[in-house]
Amino acid sequence: MSAVLEVSGLTVDIPVPSGDLHAVRGIDFSVDKGETLCIVGESGCGKSLTSLSIMGLLPKRAKVSADRMHFVGTDLLGMKERELAAIRGNRMAMIFQEPMTSLNPAYTIGNQLMEPLIRHKNASDKEARDRAIYLLERVGITAAASRLSQYPHQLSGGLRQRVMIAMALMCDPELIIADEPTTALDVTIQAQILHLLAELRKEFNSALILITHDLGVVARVADKVAVMYAGKIVEAGTVDEIFNQPLHPYTQGLINCIPVPGKTARGSRLGSIPGIVPTLIGDIKGCSFRNRCAFAHGECDTKDPFHTLSPGRGYRCTLDVPACEANAKELVSA
Amino acid sequence: MTGQTPPPVLEMRDVTKTYMIRRGIFSPKQPLRAVNGVSLKIDRGDVLGLVGESGCGKSTLAKILLGLEMPTDGEIMIDGKPVDRDGDRKAIARRIQPIFQDPYSSLNPRKTIGSIVSLPLRVHKVGDPLTWRKSVEDILDIVGLPRRVYDSYPNQLSGGQRQRVAIARALIMKPEIVICDEPTSALDVSVQSQILNLLMDLREELNLTYVLISHNLAVVEHIATKVAVMYLGRIVEETGTEALFDKARHPYTKALLSSVLTPEPGLGVPDSGLGIAFPNPINPPSGCTFHPRCAKAFGPCSVDKPPVIMDADGRVECHLYA
Ligand SMILES: Nc1ncnc2c1ncn2[C@@H]1O[C@H](COP(=O)(O)OP(=O)(O)OP(=O)(O)O)[C@@H](O)[C@H]1O
Ligand SMILES: Nc1ncnc2c1ncn2[C@@H]1O[C@H](COP(=O)(O)OP(=O)(O)OP(=O)(O)O)[C@@H](O)[C@H]1O
Ligand code: SF4
Ligand code: SF4
Ligand SMILES: [Mg+2]
Ligand SMILES: [Mg+2]
Repeated sequence: MSAVLEVSGLTVDIPVPSGDLHAVRGIDFSVDKGETLCIVGESGCGKSLTSLSIMGLLPKRAKVSADRMHFVGTDLLGMKERELAAIRGNRMAMIFQEPMTSLNPAYTIGNQLMEPLIRHKNASDKEARDRAIYLLERVGITAAASRLSQYPHQLSGGLRQRVMIAMALMCDPELIIADEPTTALDVTIQAQILHLLAELRKEFNSALILITHDLGVVARVADKVAVMYAGKIVEAGTVDEIFNQPLHPYTQGLINCIPVPGKTARGSRLGSIPGIVPTLIGDIKGCSFRNRCAFAHGECDTKDPFHTLSPGRGYRCTLDVPACEANAKELVSA
Repeated sequence: MTGQTPPPVLEMRDVTKTYMIRRGIFSPKQPLRAVNGVSLKIDRGDVLGLVGESGCGKSTLAKILLGLEMPTDGEIMIDGKPVDRDGDRKAIARRIQPIFQDPYSSLNPRKTIGSIVSLPLRVHKVGDPLTWRKSVEDILDIVGLPRRVYDSYPNQLSGGQRQRVAIARALIMKPEIVICDEPTSALDVSVQSQILNLLMDLREELNLTYVLISHNLAVVEHIATKVAVMYLGRIVEETGTEALFDKARHPYTKALLSSVLTPEPGLGVPDSGLGIAFPNPINPPSGCTFHPRCAKAFGPCSVDKPPVIMDADGRVECHLYA
């Protein structure tokens, strides 16, 4: 197994009027060729900033640091903007949460699709055009050729999202980072797109980092999962470990919040995790989940240990594994 | 039973919305029927789930209900009274509020959250500057945002936080009808369940009526009282929630339900059996517009428009049930 991306000790700080916002607080993860890593976590926990930092697209005032951030063996941290720009959209591509952030309203779909291939791979107009049409068809857009002359605002939200996915795939990237790529899509297209991403990942043996809050998607496509909360990874493991033996109370709570068709009674109140995320400005002492945790106790005010159970499997909590497993049972029956 | 049943709070009669679009620079404009002859009745207290493939016309239908787009044909009635074509936008806006799909473009990036959320109060001259701040803070509490975001700008918030701002803005006027276009799709699940519980509470407290557009069928199944399934601008099946999820009839509805990704690892991504292509709305298939993708298609399907069947199980448009 060779790692496409290896990250350790990644932090992202953003200066705001009331101090430094520590959005990402020292996280480690890696993704291998042909592997899918899903990152899930609370809104605002730093998932998008994590992916933007890999792509070198953080806002200017953000401060990023890491012990290690290697892309296919090369160090991304020391790279000049020009070198990064040569990788971005080429060997490493991103599908954004909000299509309009990466689609330029002033250019046609065709222009925007063809541009990376022409710029990075010296493709001819015809080659770029053919590939654009091919990929638009692969993402399920009919009359693809005629779409090339349309502008982003002429497409529905779902069509724009599919155009963006096609755009990310133009240069056969080694790493695809997809930030909520199917959130705005209906389930049938979602299934098709996830099929497609899985297929292309196999075809090119590329690595996929998929950010999503849809646990259904995670369960069906992930090889491994990282659960984030307040800028840290609170649990990591294979997809089976996360769903069958969730250890962190946040992971356990998440699994309890979703209505499962055929299992959750219609109209019943859904499980929820009361409370909100602590402010990320300044330091957080102890466990950042403790104001929402049903199992918080004295120790949690000061301690926040990460237990590594095996390579790639671990969780962050003051409690030991048997105690966490007992908690999971208690939550389900509550 | 004495007295009259009240008219539906919101009704669409044979509503069509046609956009004229150009396929190439030199070709003439052609009609695209984004909404094609839709009739719908929504009673007070209903939660109407509106589902269907991307591009089938759900958002267009929502915009028509909100008075943001005028129908090309057909009528909109509120409380049984037709809405004037050039209609009083403000009167509609007080009663019907939207929560949009894309919290990024629906919030003005140059305005503070306090200003965004209080805008409806200021536009409709409800209260005064002293009460506005209090009203906004109350609603921020309700939607689970810290009060400190009052002075923040949208780009300082995460996607999920921005969607909570949009919900706060929609609810601050205490509207009668809320049109929710993917209200929770940007939210992670712990917040989603809080918002859904909240929407349900508000519905009871304020006798709210919802139109809920969502790709998350688990959510629709959980909170809708009835469901309308759209395909290529038409409602192809409409029935009570139980009936729809327990005994769907339209082949498209069945395909939709079979694509739901339940959180069970190891099952992989199911194949809806629909094939890849959503039809081109400018040049829709003949007969039943679903026929090129339908596993059950037979003789009349590619020729004749399917009949509308209305019976105890609801409404369905399909030759199979003729
Ligand atoms: N440009 C910015 N200026 C100030 N704060 C920011 C900025 N961008 C993000 N943040 C803050 O950093 C934190 C992490 O944001 P990020 O967008 O990474 O969250 P996320 O995990 O992607 O959330 P979501 O699931 O809602 O998209 C949030 O608290 C957010 O408010
Ligand atoms: N302003 C417009 N001009 C031209 N065509 C439009 C316009 N708005 C929408 N359309 C077209 O109308 C059809 C319906 O679009 P609509 O946005 O209502 O779909 P939707 O069901 O909301 O899709 P999604 O689930 O992707 O949001 C699409 O084919 C779209 O391209
Ligand atoms: S450390 Fe304490 S508060 Fe944090 S998750 Fe574990 S039990 Fe809960
Ligand atoms: S009318 Fe025919 S093609 Fe259309 S849904 Fe029914 S069986 Fe399928
Ligand atoms: Mg994000
Ligand atoms: Mg829409």
